[in-house]
Amino acid sequence: MKIHSNLAVSDSGFIFNPSNGDSFSTNAVGADIIRLLKSGKSLADIKKDISVKYEVEPTVFEKDYEDFISQLQDHFLVNND
Amino acid sequence: MTNSAKRKITVAVTGLNAVDSPGPGVAVIRGIRDCEDFDVRIIGLSYESLEPGIYMEGIADKVYQIPYPAAGTETLLSRIEYIHAIEKIDVIIPNFDAELHNFIKISPLLKEFGIATFLPTNEQFESRDKVNLFKFGEKHGFLIPKDKTIYDLSELPAVAKDFGYPLVVKGKYYEATVAYTLEQAQKAFHKLNAKWGLPIIVQEFISGTEVNIAALGDGEGNTISAIPMRKLFITDKGKAWAGITLEEQSLIDLAEKFISATKWKGGFEIEIMRTQDGKPYIMEVNPRFPAWIYLTVGAGQNQPASLVKLALGEKVEPYTSYAVGKLFIRYAWDLITDVSEFQKISAFGEL
Repeated sequence: MKIHSNLAVSDSGFIFNPSNGDSFSTNAVGADIIRLLKSGKSLADIKKDISVKYEVEPTVFEKDYEDFISQLQDHFLVNND
Repeated sequence: MTNSAKRKITVAVTGLNAVDSPGPGVAVIRGIRDCEDFDVRIIGLSYESLEPGIYMEGIADKVYQIPYPAAGTETLLSRIEYIHAIEKIDVIIPNFDAELHNFIKISPLLKEFGIATFLPTNEQFESRDKVNLFKFGEKHGFLIPKDKTIYDLSELPAVAKDFGYPLVVKGKYYEATVAYTLEQAQKAFHKLNAKWGLPIIVQEFISGTEVNIAALGDGEGNTISAIPMRKLFITDKGKAWAGITLEEQSLIDLAEKFISATKWKGGFEIEIMRTQDGKPYIMEVNPRFPAWIYLTVGAGQNQPASLVKLALGEKVEPYTSYAVGKLFIRYAWDLITDVSEFQKISAFGEL
């Protein structure tokens, strides 16, 4: 799974896909996850970073992470290769 | 170099109907006026007395009415000769599909007057015509929806059976309707026939995301500019009311392939339907700038000004970059003018 490298994410969580003009809004956690994905971090690293920053239980994070990734897939923001 | 070194030119532009289904003229003029290389006088060429561009501040310096395309090339030439005697036009930019054939035909005579154009050849113009587009795609390796040109309503059921529903019923020059039943297709046939005449084009329906490209070819196979845009807000007439520039190399490649294959001379717009699996189907090629052409100026590639330079015989280097994520949002604006202005253009054909 790889996020599109040209995806633009603003500080306020506005996501713009320049390939097709789609735009979305996400919260601060979602924006951080996208930034971490774009920087090439592994799931383990992302889990660690987010869990520390937002004081979230790893099991809760994993569930929400899967849901978030599934939404990114639905909107063609990630490749499944 | 100082400002006094700016080249003084006079450019005549049609398509001043900045209405809900707008002509490109006002956007083309804005682009030319934005170019700092020219000291430009703009002559608006209108068909009707209520085209908003006639009255808008800072658009045309002078407006003349010209005869409808149906009046023929001799009448058009005679009118332009009259205008040219007064205005000394350097370049004419026609912006309507329906008038292009006449302008292409008289372009050698305009050249004799000293008026430059930068138009596709008649062969290029015809090759991308809706009637010929499928064959064009087959020849050059473009994906084009299947279509059938029909001249009689009785031909419709067989075509519909072949394509299945929904299908698209299109007028020769403008407008298209998606029909889900034979009755809807028949109704669309009558409506488009009454408005634009025959033939009617029936086209296979392609589902996907519509993306458009505004581009400029130099007539030798080189792409001067190509900017892809996705419509963000579409009117009930299918026109873009808002749009955004995209970053998608495959779309630029497609425009370059089109220009290389046709040696296209001038501005044009490719309307593409991109299917969910990413296949780009060319729905239409409009042989002139689109009404949203000012977005190319906003994105850093001034296509109208580049066309003027090409028409004047100047060397124009291809653009290499543009701003992605630039939006245009069209708006409606009530312009107040006096009946005396309306009277001048209506009675004398000049304002």
